[in-house]
Amino acid sequence: MTEVFIYDHVRTPRGRGKKDGSLHEVPSVRLAAKTLEAIRDRNGLDTSTVDDIIMGCVDPVMDSGAVIPKAAAFEAGYSTKAPGMQISRFCASGLDAINFGAGKIAAGSDDIVIAGGIESMSRVGMGMSGGAWYMDPSVNFPAFFMPQGVSADLIATKYGFSRDDVDAYAVESQKRAAKAWNAGYFKNSVIPVKDQNGLILLDRDEHMRPGTDMQALASLNASFQMPGEMGGFEAVGIQAHPEIEKINYVHHAGNSSGIVDGAAAVLIGSKAGGQSMGIKPRARIRAFANIGSDPALMLTGPVDVTEKLLARTGMTIADIDLFELNEAFAAVVLRYMQAFDISHDIINVNGGAIAMGHPLGATGAMILGTVLDELERRDLNTALVTLCIGAGMGTATVIERV
Amino acid sequence: MSTYTNFTIETDADGMALVTWDMPGKSMNVFTQEVMDELETILKQTVEDAAIKGVVFTSGKSSFSGGADLTMIRGMFSMLADEREKDPAAAAQKLFDVAGRMTWLFRAIETNGKPWVSAINGTCMGGAFELSLACHGRVASNSKSVKLALPEVKVGIFPGAGGTQRVSRLTDAQSALQMMTTGQSLTPQRAKAMGLIHQVVEQDQLVTAAKQMIRDGLKPVAPWDERGFKAPGGGVWTPAAAQLFPAAPAILRRETAGNYPGALAILKCVYEGLQLPFDTALKVEQRYFTQVLQTTEAFSMIRSLFISMQELGKGARRPAGVAKSEFNKVGIVGAGFMGASIAYVTAAAGIPVVLIDQTQESANKGKSVSEKLVADSIAKGRLTKEEGEKLLSLVTPTSDYSTLSDADLVIEAVFEDRAVKKAVIEQVEAVIPATTIFASNTSTLPISGLAENSRRPDQFVGVHFFSPVEKMMLTEVILGEKTGDRALAMALDFVAKIRKTPIVVNDTRGFFVNRCVFRYINEAYDMLAEGVPAAMIENAAKMAGMPVGPLSLNDEVAVDLSQKIMKASIADLGAASVKPGHMALIDKMVNELDRRGRKNGQGFYDYPPKPAKKSLWPGLKDLYPQKPASETDVNTLKQRFLVTIALEAARTVEEGIVTDPREADVGSILGFGFAPYTGGTLSYIDGMGVKTFVELAEKLSRQYGDHFAPTALLKDMAAKGDTFYSRFNPYEKAKAAA
Repeated sequence: MTEVFIYDHVRTPRGRGKKDGSLHEVPSVRLAAKTLEAIRDRNGLDTSTVDDIIMGCVDPVMDSGAVIPKAAAFEAGYSTKAPGMQISRFCASGLDAINFGAGKIAAGSDDIVIAGGIESMSRVGMGMSGGAWYMDPSVNFPAFFMPQGVSADLIATKYGFSRDDVDAYAVESQKRAAKAWNAGYFKNSVIPVKDQNGLILLDRDEHMRPGTDMQALASLNASFQMPGEMGGFEAVGIQAHPEIEKINYVHHAGNSSGIVDGAAAVLIGSKAGGQSMGIKPRARIRAFANIGSDPALMLTGPVDVTEKLLARTGMTIADIDLFELNEAFAAVVLRYMQAFDISHDIINVNGGAIAMGHPLGATGAMILGTVLDELERRDLNTALVTLCIGAGMGTATVIERV
Repeated sequence: MSTYTNFTIETDADGMALVTWDMPGKSMNVFTQEVMDELETILKQTVEDAAIKGVVFTSGKSSFSGGADLTMIRGMFSMLADEREKDPAAAAQKLFDVAGRMTWLFRAIETNGKPWVSAINGTCMGGAFELSLACHGRVASNSKSVKLALPEVKVGIFPGAGGTQRVSRLTDAQSALQMMTTGQSLTPQRAKAMGLIHQVVEQDQLVTAAKQMIRDGLKPVAPWDERGFKAPGGGVWTPAAAQLFPAAPAILRRETAGNYPGALAILKCVYEGLQLPFDTALKVEQRYFTQVLQTTEAFSMIRSLFISMQELGKGARRPAGVAKSEFNKVGIVGAGFMGASIAYVTAAAGIPVVLIDQTQESANKGKSVSEKLVADSIAKGRLTKEEGEKLLSLVTPTSDYSTLSDADLVIEAVFEDRAVKKAVIEQVEAVIPATTIFASNTSTLPISGLAENSRRPDQFVGVHFFSPVEKMMLTEVILGEKTGDRALAMALDFVAKIRKTPIVVNDTRGFFVNRCVFRYINEAYDMLAEGVPAAMIENAAKMAGMPVGPLSLNDEVAVDLSQKIMKASIADLGAASVKPGHMALIDKMVNELDRRGRKNGQGFYDYPPKPAKKSLWPGLKDLYPQKPASETDVNTLKQRFLVTIALEAARTVEEGIVTDPREADVGSILGFGFAPYTGGTLSYIDGMGVKTFVELAEKLSRQYGDHFAPTALLKDMAAKGDTFYSRFNPYEKAKAAA
């Protein structure tokens, strides 16, 4: 099979996902187009040679609907020969877009693919695309549907993470993100978003609260107690995990991922593709995998998919230098560290979505880029990127520098 | 004009046809095939008769209608069984067609072109409410007796004659789902507020108001047949629905653990139906209805909770040829909580009661139980002040046994002690006339033994009430060896009078209900000893369909009471009658830890002061080495609870304690809430097939002990392909006796 290489990656800064967020005025398609423009311009790319543009988008409706990557190609002025495709695997969409593209390249059908994601959560709210998973009783019931926050609290309860544990994790995430920004670790991959006149709309992640401490977090009320207790979801969690008497509600806005706007793009290709572009590969996509996991816990898929991926590749945890796991909720990362006995020193080393936000469809591509930059900065070799996913799934990708 | 068996039609000068439903020889109107045939003809006639401008549909009974008829449902099930044997695929089509008959008849009324108004004069249930919903106007009387409901879910099915579609198009989806998934009764006022009926009027204005609606130009078109119709709340793809539909299955799961296909089907019908044109939506409902009708749950629940419960309530076990009992006075001896509560339900049935205790003071204290219950009922609007006063005036507290001299029935409810009971029996028999029946309320002492203290054991019967008496719907009537027909008849008549359902059992330690309950709690003790997390034990039981977890139940009845019963059992039956591990656990709980249950604030649970909720006592973990949850299969736990109880029920049949499978089924559901979706303990066995049950019991016995070993009867039944309802067929017995 053809080897797949990563040649470049960019992302927008993440704007607060509300009406007062700095990227709220930017249409989804333009946000996506910014990343396509940057990929083209940084690499002198002849866009007529792009075999596919694959973007993850979880709510691909309204402003983000109708195959937004193809729309973004128009907006970015790409050759009409560049096709586009939108995919969704909920929160892992951005990483799955890369894996999908990698698959096409490995199969020998494509040589140059731009893969990434877009989510403007301030413009298209979560859940706007509807869906049978939670709306249709025929599906909701066997799927043990719960709001993700209740699932995160179920994980914390089942695996014994206290409010202090999850808050301490969140404080550290903020600290790491602030440090990374201040040290300029993101400067090569974050592209400032500018208006038509070149005026900067946003050049830094807007969701961060660097000064956050335990005390500040302690003042926040648990967010998911209401839906858990009043909405009946606690019973769903308990019936799926009946050894639990009662859910311990520990998650809140300060230890959960932030709602933000953002887009990301990763340039991948075969060796031949790289030669035709005239650029050098930075890393190889060694392996990737998907899995379905316990639907009630919903967010423990990273554990299952990591086991699957290691088994398939014959690798062990010790072979991985850095881990990047999307910080959907603090307990998700704590459970992952617990399951594999991984030190916090080698996972999410520059913070994550708790500090910087989680633009659903884009995050997978963003964190792959983040960890690649960090491998280079630390001169390490191998990283594993993974995300938890709605309805109980996991996606993981192993990359290694070349 | 044609004449009808079940209806009359009077058309007035204005062309208003008053169709009155009044079935001969029945106290309540119900849907039968004949009723539907006639309704179809009436529809045709009123459409064709140009003189008729509109139809008012009402009832000639004090109630409007109770909905579907037992015999019709039975007919449908036997048709299904016959057809299945011939050709399973064709059976589904046939059932689909039969199930759709009401749907399309009502739809034909709705689209007939002339206005129909339903004038609801009394209780309006199920299919009758669905018929009313298909009328263009609905007027209800404001009489207190008017209750409207779609209660089908309570017997395992759901409103399948357009109910799910019309209710969800008349009121918001949340109210619609809540009403139908709980089967709750609505007052006319509530129904009007929900938009389900148009007017509430005085009873004597009912027909006038209904006719006036037509005169005022009532359009013979349902709202959903108008162009541009939108469901209240806007349908499925709205922000409100985005809140409702994700949570509705969760709430249903919390309330039912997913054991009721009928309830889930309501959600499916509303969700799918609201996205469709009305006729297509009706068809979708018809498909789900056909599917649910074929479930074991629907079959078993209808049989036990609809058919058998009615039959037992109507005195299926009452000896023929004994004159109906009159109750001019009932005596209750023992004014403790149980006696006092029995006095209350007796007075609530309009029967004068004397409530006797050793002192006037303690008798008065017993009456205060009635006073409190009456005050609560008045506060909740269930009783008027006058009704409450009348009820209380019927209860006479006294310490004077001579007041029993004209009692028709005396019930003793004194302390569970043979000597105490003996003294009371003698004291009572010294004053009562020869005709009086003596009933002993006991939960543990065999009746034949107590009857030895009586001079007339043929007039001595056991009556086992359940606490809280005013809420529990079951009463066990226990036959001593010598109990005669008149005593049995009077006990059953009394139970009917206080509107409870009786089961008649032969004498044994624990009778039927408590024998089963002990098995339930014992299984939890075993699980604790195995190291299963306590929360898992409790949750598994609830997921199996039990209303209360076994440890919680044990706390309610008191752990030291369990200790007492176990010790009595050892004393009477020998050490082998109680598992040593169980005795050790309970001795430890009571003697060492003083954890006696809810009553002293600590048992298997801790009971902190309100508003904090009870939680499992963390120290349970230290009593036995704990097993990780991942090593315990929750489905096996669920099966263990149901199988151990069902086995005990089967033993009572084998021993001749319970003689009618209907009583084991209804008794288990009403007595201790045995997983109602199974239809009861024996229907649980029949439902999976005796052979499958025997295999399951054998498997469990290999792993969890001999108490799971299938009995000789069960093995024989499995070999012969019997079911409890075939081998102990209650209807053949009735036929043979007749």
